[in-house]
Amino acid sequence: MSVTIALTLEEVCEALTEFPGAQLLAGGTDLIVGINRGQVEFDHVVVIDRVNELRGWRREGHELVLGAGLTYSEMGRGKLPVLLPALAQAARTVGSPQIRNAGTLGGNLATSSPAGDTLPVLAALDATIDLRSSHGTRQLTLDRFIRGVKQNALEPGELIEAVRVPVLEGPQEFLKVGTRNAMVISVASLALVVDRVDQNVRVGLGSVAPVPVRAIEAEAFVNGVIDWDTGSVPDVAVDQFSDLVIKAARPIDDQRGTATYRSHAIGVLARRALLRVFVGGAG
Amino acid sequence: MSTDPYVLRVNGKNHEVFDAHLGESLLWVLRERLGLPGSKNACEEGECGSCSVQVDGELVCSCLVLAVAAVGLEVTTIEGLAPDGELADVQRAFVEAGAVQCGFCTPGLLMAVDMLLDDLPDDSDPDDLIIREAISGNLCRCTGYGRILEAVSIAADLRRGNRT
Repeated sequence: MSVTIALTLEEVCEALTEFPGAQLLAGGTDLIVGINRGQVEFDHVVVIDRVNELRGWRREGHELVLGAGLTYSEMGRGKLPVLLPALAQAARTVGSPQIRNAGTLGGNLATSSPAGDTLPVLAALDATIDLRSSHGTRQLTLDRFIRGVKQNALEPGELIEAVRVPVLEGPQEFLKVGTRNAMVISVASLALVVDRVDQNVRVGLGSVAPVPVRAIEAEAFVNGVIDWDTGSVPDVAVDQFSDLVIKAARPIDDQRGTATYRSHAIGVLARRALLRVFVGGAG
Repeated sequence: MSTDPYVLRVNGKNHEVFDAHLGESLLWVLRERLGLPGSKNACEEGECGSCSVQVDGELVCSCLVLAVAAVGLEVTTIEGLAPDGELADVQRAFVEAGAVQCGFCTPGLLMAVDMLLDDLPDDSDPDDLIIREAISGNLCRCTGYGRILEAVSIAADLRRGNRT
């Protein structure tokens, strides 16, 4: 049993090559729970939270490159809440201050839980994931990265380096239903982003399918009825949008809620989010 | 199988850790190996906040920190909050407000409130929402939080020198 505290990406890749079964440790908010319960077995840990290349974020033209080590707390600081309001809102609903100081964007992706709070936002933003190993780098879209419940495309020896999302001009919303405000795993969540330049709306859903999903049909429908000059949608279209979002969900019954409740909730969130970014009653 | 000996820096002092297992949490090492039982162990999954400590100036659950991964970082526990034996401002405030009942959640809450007061701008009074959010990761099953919220306002006044 041994541990590597990596300071560079190269050191991470070297350690993963030397110890192919190594566990990567960033914020620890998922992994250490498993270790405390005796559910995770490992011989080697590679600690990646001090790797500078994974920290922070930068802007490249119309794209933001978010380091995999970006914490939930950091998503709510500085300019990020202005550039990515839905991500900042989602991050603020994660756990508690203690959890948000530790947990990372890369960890949320790598855990690939259907309830991962940033995932509907990344789905709505059409995020791309930068992966790295000692063999080089590759990029995957979110839908190719997350393959199922807690399953993803990470190969042995590979880590998440960064997440790329566009900077959009327009409002964004993230909404989540849970039993209370703090320390809650979502029962249903929804991210809605508006691109005023390309004049479209994109919607990502969380906790209502095995993987984060886009409500493509609902998007196409609402994009056809928005009055971009007044920023409004017809009342009747709000109901139809909500119904189409419900259709995109594939919820199940579990300890946190029933499929019926989740369908209802995601419809309510769809309506609420749409009416927060557009005025109802047109047409 | 044990790890190589390693050194943790806690409350300004270096502590050598021998014969530890790789999977030990910082909380476990603090309590069982370093003789610092002030941080409490309850849920071991980051839910209750009773093990809250500050690592490099960030509030975290020590049950979710791998002890060996804290090598080289500055750890502050409840034992380090008032090292000279006097009560710290937050501790005085909790005593004054009667915000302590069974006391199990108190060390974690004190670390969270200390952090909140550190992060606040000097001239602003923390509003209720900010306070509630700051302690939302610390569960108390005795008080109903009323006196804890009262203690936070007293502590804020003490920290700013608005009262002695």
